[in-house]
Amino acid sequence: METQVLIVGGGAIGTGLARDLALRGVQCILAEKGDINSGASGGNHGLLHSGGRYVSTDPAVARECREEGEILKKLAPHCIEDTGGLFVAIEGDEDNYVADFPHLCERCGIPVNTLDISEALELEPALSQETIAAYLVEDASIDPFKLSLENISQAQQLGTKLLGHTKVVGFKKNGNRIQVALLQDMKAGEEIIVEPEEVINACGAWAGEVAALAGVSIDILFSKGSLLVTDRRVTDRIVNRLRSPADGDILVPGGTVSILGTTSMRIDSLEKVRPTVPEVDLIVEEGAAMLPALETARYIRAYSGVRPLLEQESEDNDRSVSRGFTLLDHIQDGLENFSTISGGKLTTYRFMAEKAADLVCDRMGITNPCLTRTEPLPSTSAGMWTEPGLGPRLWIKGDGPENQPLCECEILPKSIIDSVIRSIQEQGDKPDLRSIGLRSRMGKGSCQGTFCGKRVTAHLYERGDLCADEGLTHLRSFFRERWKGERSVLWDAQLIQAELKEALYCGLSGLEL
Amino acid sequence: MGFSPPEPLLTFHDLGKTPNIRHATTTGLESAGKKQLNPTVPELIESTQARLRTIDILGKIETDPIACELAVIGNGMAGMASALFAANRGLPTVQVGAPGGIIFASGLLDLLGVHPAEERKVWQDPWAGIEALTQDFPKHPYALLERKEIEAAFNELLSFLEGENLHYQRREGQNSEMILPLGTTKQTYCVPKSMWGGIKALKERHSCLLVDFHGLSDFSATQITETLKDRWPDLRSARITFPGNDQIRELFTGELMAQAMESSENREKLAQAVRPLVGDAHSIGMPAVFGMNRTGEILAELEKQIGVPIFEIPTLPVSIPGLRLNDTIARGLTGKGVRRFSQERVLKVHREPGGDFTLDIGNKRVGKTVRAKGVILASGRFWGRGLIADRKRIREAIFDLPVHQPEGRKGWHHKDFLDLRGHPVNRAGLEIDDLFRPLDSSGDPAFERLFAAGSILAHQDWMRMKCGSGLAISSAYAAVKAFCI
Repeated sequence: METQVLIVGGGAIGTGLARDLALRGVQCILAEKGDINSGASGGNHGLLHSGGRYVSTDPAVARECREEGEILKKLAPHCIEDTGGLFVAIEGDEDNYVADFPHLCERCGIPVNTLDISEALELEPALSQETIAAYLVEDASIDPFKLSLENISQAQQLGTKLLGHTKVVGFKKNGNRIQVALLQDMKAGEEIIVEPEEVINACGAWAGEVAALAGVSIDILFSKGSLLVTDRRVTDRIVNRLRSPADGDILVPGGTVSILGTTSMRIDSLEKVRPTVPEVDLIVEEGAAMLPALETARYIRAYSGVRPLLEQESEDNDRSVSRGFTLLDHIQDGLENFSTISGGKLTTYRFMAEKAADLVCDRMGITNPCLTRTEPLPSTSAGMWTEPGLGPRLWIKGDGPENQPLCECEILPKSIIDSVIRSIQEQGDKPDLRSIGLRSRMGKGSCQGTFCGKRVTAHLYERGDLCADEGLTHLRSFFRERWKGERSVLWDAQLIQAELKEALYCGLSGLEL
Repeated sequence: MGFSPPEPLLTFHDLGKTPNIRHATTTGLESAGKKQLNPTVPELIESTQARLRTIDILGKIETDPIACELAVIGNGMAGMASALFAANRGLPTVQVGAPGGIIFASGLLDLLGVHPAEERKVWQDPWAGIEALTQDFPKHPYALLERKEIEAAFNELLSFLEGENLHYQRREGQNSEMILPLGTTKQTYCVPKSMWGGIKALKERHSCLLVDFHGLSDFSATQITETLKDRWPDLRSARITFPGNDQIRELFTGELMAQAMESSENREKLAQAVRPLVGDAHSIGMPAVFGMNRTGEILAELEKQIGVPIFEIPTLPVSIPGLRLNDTIARGLTGKGVRRFSQERVLKVHREPGGDFTLDIGNKRVGKTVRAKGVILASGRFWGRGLIADRKRIREAIFDLPVHQPEGRKGWHHKDFLDLRGHPVNRAGLEIDDLFRPLDSSGDPAFERLFAAGSILAHQDWMRMKCGSGLAISSAYAAVKAFCI
């Protein structure tokens, strides 16, 4: 296969790049070794920063966040819930930080309102009675899955080829140029040969691995962050702790749930990255200081993402390593058609994609301007079903009797599952429980797939999408995947839920055997 | 006092007439199309309770304590069996506890299926399996029981069920391989007679048709036939409309489907739909929905109309065979004079001078008190609320007895859901002495006449060993026996 640009990585940046380049008329192949957003792009808060969080540590990033936040709110409103956000300090938090905050925000052009404590408690009754300061900012929540699915969907309509479950396994160089990229289809095992004019390495924490295949060394630090999902929405607004960024200090509502996080733990390997029990306890305890209800809240799962941080000297605290991004052209490494885009944050993904696209277009002599700064992101069916609470809303509007819910926690009727299956097929993949789960709320409710796992499997058999004992393989894989997120939050009600799941699938059905 | 064999007994309390207050369920045919949001665990339990609200005596709030010999806490298989064995021995018995475990019940009665789980060793002969198990796990509750006790416990329960018109079948001393809704199979000890044809069909691999229903999204005959097709090429599937479900509304296995099959008109419709599909099938398997109380007769009539044997296949919960088991035992217990409070929980226990227990029972508020000489704690694990976990530790809910458990939550579960070793938390529970009395922190019986039975016991993993019913029934037997000493 020949292509103008091979994008490696299907996260926010990779899919954003695909759309950016497609809008400039550039033909691309995007290779993703897992599924869309299976790395850090799917393992974060879903927070569209106002910039407030970075006013003291990194004013440049704070400004970038503010600008990009404004653009995305205008151009991708369907991916965003404009909740607004609070920064709150509680008894014992550092006075200077609290007092300086409005001034620091103003310096970065970030709108901020100082609230009385009583006003703050009225807006968010779940706040601690020990709250000593509160500021209102323009934070919003953003659905990273919807965002990436919409980006790739438009890119595909414009001719981009998406290769899911396809890993780059090698490059063949000719002088200063990468001539051939060797890809492997992880499901079928086939090798795919791509001859690109340009290669962009946009695979987040895996950027070092891919660069190494091209003989380039990039030092990347891995910082794992874990997050918890509550079974209901705890606050209307995003709540940030007003202190130097630390563990468990942001709560982000999204649809019908809230997400609490994060931690920051240096890890050495990208294998088996998952939340741990001590991390979960730490997050709960820290979060509860800000919002006491978080101590007794029901957490239905946890998840982790790995922040790729470009290595700098003498850094003890990963949060102070720049969250600004890095674009490497690798000229010094002796390659003229290979580049790496890394770091950054979800809020600035579009800007990062723009800069990377500028670089490769410049190299290819393409002068078409970037359109993502002005063109609205179209809403398509690909990203339609990721939103928590959407299923029930549509269901309540009324539906045909034959359209039975297959997932009762999230109210996903057959028609939604069928629509998700269609979009998976359009992306050239074969539907299974995991890919359906990624594109919808299936398996994300309090039962964590106990009932919908069986029903959707049965439905896939009825549709003819599964044969022989594939259903068992899919169920095992699906439950193992869900378990990564469940294991660390199993106490109280969620432990009961897990016991029910095991009773049905192991006790009754012997799925483990 | 010896442990006397059971004999029929008249009621202890004058209970008067038993009102049947069974209500229509909140799910199922009638509410098809009704919006049902987020069925969380408590809601599921609640709806199950509504479903099972049955044989209780709802009278005025009693201010005087209800006196009895034995109070059984728990309404799952272990609680039911304890109450039965106690009633059969003439003990005035009270049973308290909201239904919980019953939602697990598929209707199959496992004795021992797998050991060692790590080796996926499946036992055809459960007794040999138990011997191997108790050698490797000397603290497994089975190690405290002799084979003849376990057999006696099963025999007593099964003959009671027989008398209540719920028929079970087993092979002498052997497990039988049963078809399950995922298309997997399991070795189980004792199955409802209505399912026996499935065991025969699977064994012979004879030409067989599985039929399911439009709208019953929990059950797919195609899934079963596809999954088994390597082993059983002569298995095929078909889907028909359930009588009365012409518009293909959503169906749930539950009382309403079972009731629909009690009508001869519906059976006629069903037979008409199935007859043209029979072909060369020697037997037909269908999800277990054939009536609540007269399954044998219903199947016999359908077999006559269709012309081949028909068997039931277990479904995921809420399963009708589980409901049948629950209702049959509940009815029989009430008939034997057991006072059952299946909508109430034990809120508090007091110890009286002389060693009796007073139990405050009710929902949120205390509605009644029960005074008992002895208590059998069969309150189950987490689902049954016998054990409660917070972020730090696992507690026993009623007496705050010491719970044997892994150190810290980190050690509760393996990293793989399907880890063959089974999760350590599954072996957490109450440690007991030879008389099935829970131990206090110094290792002595916590109370002279407090016994424990069923899944709350430590050192067993019923889900992985496939020994849930056997454990419940035999430990209930042992606990009642110990109380009678």
